[in-house]
Amino acid sequence: MTRTNISRRDLLRAAAVLGMSAPLLGACVTGGGPGAGPGQRGERSAGNPFGVKAGSPLEVVVFKGGYGDDYVKAAEEVYRRQHQGSAIEHRGIQQVGDTLRPRFVANTPPDVVDNTGAGALDISALAAAGQLTNLAELLDAPSWDDPNVTVRNTLLPGVVEDGERDGVCVHLNYTFTVWGLWYSKSLFDRQGWTYPATWEAMLALCAEIKKTGIAPWTYQGKYPDYVTDPLLTMAAKSGGMDLIRALDNLEPGAWRHEAVRGAAEAFAELAGRGYFMPGSEALSHTEAQAAWCQGKAAFIPSGSWLESEQRDVTPPGFEMTLGVLPARTTADKLKPTALEASSTESYLVPAQAKNIAGGLDFLRMLFSRNACREFARTAGTLPSVAGATDGLTLSSGLGSVSAAVRAAGTELISFRHRGWYPQLRKATDDAVGELITRRLTPAAFADRLQLAADALAKDSSVKKYTRR
Amino acid sequence: MRRRGLGFVACALLPALLLHVVFVLSPYAQAFYLSLTDWNGVAGQARFVGLDNFRQLGSDPLFLAAVRNNLVLLLTLPLGTIALGLFLATALKFGSRGGRSGVRGARFYSIVFFFPQLLSVAIVAVLWGFAYNPNSGLINGGLRALGLDGLARSWLAEPGLALFAVLAVLIWSGVGFYLVLFSAAMDAIPREFYEAALLDGAGQWTTFRRITLPLLWDNVQVAFVYLGMAALDGFALVQIMTVGPGGPDGATEVIGLSLYRNAFTFSRFGYAAAMGVALFFGTLVFAVLALRAGRRERVELA
Repeated sequence: MTRTNISRRDLLRAAAVLGMSAPLLGACVTGGGPGAGPGQRGERSAGNPFGVKAGSPLEVVVFKGGYGDDYVKAAEEVYRRQHQGSAIEHRGIQQVGDTLRPRFVANTPPDVVDNTGAGALDISALAAAGQLTNLAELLDAPSWDDPNVTVRNTLLPGVVEDGERDGVCVHLNYTFTVWGLWYSKSLFDRQGWTYPATWEAMLALCAEIKKTGIAPWTYQGKYPDYVTDPLLTMAAKSGGMDLIRALDNLEPGAWRHEAVRGAAEAFAELAGRGYFMPGSEALSHTEAQAAWCQGKAAFIPSGSWLESEQRDVTPPGFEMTLGVLPARTTADKLKPTALEASSTESYLVPAQAKNIAGGLDFLRMLFSRNACREFARTAGTLPSVAGATDGLTLSSGLGSVSAAVRAAGTELISFRHRGWYPQLRKATDDAVGELITRRLTPAAFADRLQLAADALAKDSSVKKYTRR
Repeated sequence: MRRRGLGFVACALLPALLLHVVFVLSPYAQAFYLSLTDWNGVAGQARFVGLDNFRQLGSDPLFLAAVRNNLVLLLTLPLGTIALGLFLATALKFGSRGGRSGVRGARFYSIVFFFPQLLSVAIVAVLWGFAYNPNSGLINGGLRALGLDGLARSWLAEPGLALFAVLAVLIWSGVGFYLVLFSAAMDAIPREFYEAALLDGAGQWTTFRRITLPLLWDNVQVAFVYLGMAALDGFALVQIMTVGPGGPDGATEVIGLSLYRNAFTFSRFGYAAAMGVALFFGTLVFAVLALRAGRRERVELA
């Protein structure tokens, strides 16, 4: 121990200074000043539409989840070849939000972010805080494969809109997810069942299925949002695009629309007739899906990730197939082929990135046909670029998804309010959970959600968005 | 004290004090400050909104459900755990016929009861999630094996049962610790007290009420405060085990979960911080009340 001469007064003084500085430390949470500003640009050319400066480093942070990050690394190779001498720093992580939140707050974010996963950052909040680059420049740039086609025109319908906040595209989603009802084609063939095109036929088939001792439906009861998707899709099919807009724009009375109530009645009826596998309401997604794969239930609602998620537990010859939701009425406003689809796996370029041009050009390469084919092949999921799976030999599930998207054409249904207003999303999922356990009547369901939407519409502290 | 000694003390304390200020006090200060803003978690700036966040708490149905559920836990968890802990500790110490020694294999039992303490709370939650599975779970399976099919339930999916299903796990995972704590305290009670009681013809219940409990009172009180704090939390079990999570329909919502959701799902860090501050004061008030209400004359060992 060295001899020191700290007096008691010095000690107290130091403690007092520290004590007083605590509130000041408190201020540092939000104390980030304006950053260095967007990175500089170099010369623009046909092969370098954003003017990436030679030798400027690029930092890419991606979510490394079920799809891995090898397809990103492949795109980085292409980038490296295109921009000789650029060092690329790649990080594949799981907790995107926890890792990047402090960097956004400090205005030192990376150049490209794949903001996905359970711990992703809230994109609306980022956009509202001016933290995201407007991607219009990228959308209007020539695509990587064909200089005569813009990036915008290579994307599947809805992808650009999915990335918009207040009419500005701030992120581009890489995977194209489709929701529907899954069944085992081999089981249906064996039993002589055909996938029902109308809700009436569905109820008749369910009665038949139940007689064989198999439960007609199961669902991922622990997460009721799995049922919200088919319920809202059914409502959208009979109510049409006007209803989707009304729900998203929090219009008065939207949730009391006949189509919403009708869909709620249809699902309540499934429950009432005992067509759900008993106990489903308490099962996690893995438990419910495993029961379905074991042939204990015929239908399960889920998204197109189901096939890769179930890869290890699906018995051989199961022939997993996605079916579109049957039409509830004969007067449905959308065609029976209409499908709930939206893009996920959000790539964005932070507004305070050092190398914005590099970030944009990297995304141009990532959304190229070759990169997308590689992704479809390895991840077993449809990418957001049209025609990316053409000529590939597809698995049963991915094949049915790809065919369904082709058949749907432009009638793709997606609900923006679920992303815009997470509170309303939570309220909806809670109510759906109560509806299909018959603790809430369809009429009370509609009333309750109308009240929630009205309260949200009145709440001035929540930023509102409008769908055109 | 001599100056040199004081210097040594200061040198030894200063780094710890500094770390405490930076990593303990300053986050508290930040939380208090953030609760008065509308910070969204990613913006560099936050707007000062005064007490707005606290005003909103009163009309937030999920938060009110969370407060209600935490209060239910506060009433049941400490009482249940302490009662069970005392009962088991007494049984292990004085459970034999005649009441003079413990049951056979008492050491083995205390290890078994203590075992859940060694598991991380996430593992406990996942294991019990399996046990509560309505179709393939241990509990319904056991009931069906006994022919009690009518009692089989969707434990975590029925609003009236879910919170108590979680409570049972909380008690199960906590009781071993208090069993060991109370057993150790019982060891400190002189044997002569019990011998005297036995000679006076006191029964087991009287002995427990007149001798054991008064001499354990300090431990019980500490246990009560600790368990009360645990009851005001409950986040991890609810997050992993329950439908929703926090459901069905808010039936198992707890303040910690509301706070987490508002911060990380709804991007309302300011509002979440207000919940944290409210919880901080709630816990503080509880601790003060519990220590005051439990104050009684200290029983001195002879």
